[in-house]
Amino acid sequence: MSKFSKKTKSGSPQISTASLPDIVFMLLFFFMVSTTMKEEDYKVTIKLPTATQVKKVEDKSLVSYIYIGAPTEKWQEQYGSKPVLQLNDQIANIGGVQQYIEQERAKRKEKDVPKMTYSLKVDENTEMGLIVDVKEELRNVQALRINYASKRADKK
Amino acid sequence: MARRALQEINAGSMADIAFLLLIFFLVTTTMEVDTGITRMLPPPVDINAPKPDFHKRNVFIVLVNRENVLAIENKISETSEIKELCIEFFTNPYNDENLSESVTFLKKIETERGKEAPNKDKIDTYQNVIDAFGNHISKSKGVVSLQNDRATKYGKYLEVQDQIIAAITELRNTLSNSTWGKDFDELSPDQQKLVKQVYPFAISEAEPKKFN
Repeated sequence: MSKFSKKTKSGSPQISTASLPDIVFMLLFFFMVSTTMKEEDYKVTIKLPTATQVKKVEDKSLVSYIYIGAPTEKWQEQYGSKPVLQLNDQIANIGGVQQYIEQERAKRKEKDVPKMTYSLKVDENTEMGLIVDVKEELRNVQALRINYASKRADKK
Repeated sequence: MARRALQEINAGSMADIAFLLLIFFLVTTTMEVDTGITRMLPPPVDINAPKPDFHKRNVFIVLVNRENVLAIENKISETSEIKELCIEFFTNPYNDENLSESVTFLKKIETERGKEAPNKDKIDTYQNVIDAFGNHISKSKGVVSLQNDRATKYGKYLEVQDQIIAAITELRNTLSNSTWGKDFDELSPDQQKLVKQVYPFAISEAEPKKFN
């Protein structure tokens, strides 16, 4: 009898699960740190310009984005290949800017409105005409803090 | 056909593997950080308001045309030249008649006091500036006028603007280093305000015109 019982004992070796929690925690922390909430889907292609004097954008919750660039291939049939404006998830025209700003302001607390920054994510090959028009619209609704999104150029 | 008992897998090194993975991901992931150049737009102006009057020598014209060619004070130039010329324009070390004028803050206090309704806050700020940097401190009357065409590429425009900002940043750093031995960014907000009084972001953006 003792012969048999010995066999069954050594039949299935047990993998230690002691470190499993560690692994799970590690994964958890990793995702916690590296996840950024998904912003809007890009419908325009944007290659940001580089600059040397860039600063980090503080307080992301107070930033609204305006995207400008040529539509991606999928949308070119509908919107052409000229640079267009994207607000939220949609391609918009210049008249939509004021409404968008008001929407964005309504989302924030009233006391935070003056601190809001409007980040212009613009493709470097866009012509200035469109950007000037957007800036003019922003000025008209007193949205004066703007940010030209750009990547840090490596210092030579 | 003797069945060999399977050995228990040693889990002792599992933790090491986990740490290795953790460190690997820590090193390789770059967090998406938004960076950019923050600027304040001028508030909307009343069309009927009188235009500010600037003496010609106080305006430093930087122009980018539709072919993305840069002209500084009507001379075709390279982007790399802007910074130096800009600093020279603001500081005007040899009192060149074509570069910007400057007023000492002592003089500014005097003019403010001479006004019908002197602004006390302004006088206080000027006095603070003098207290911090000494009697000789002066402010340039110069303004950089950045002009571009509607067809100018955004990339070029930002590159030019970046250089102008670099020039002003360098001036600020020089001043704060000579006074407090620190860069502008490391100063306290109050100190930064004083430096900003001396070197504001004097950039004016004209409405785009058609240039050849």
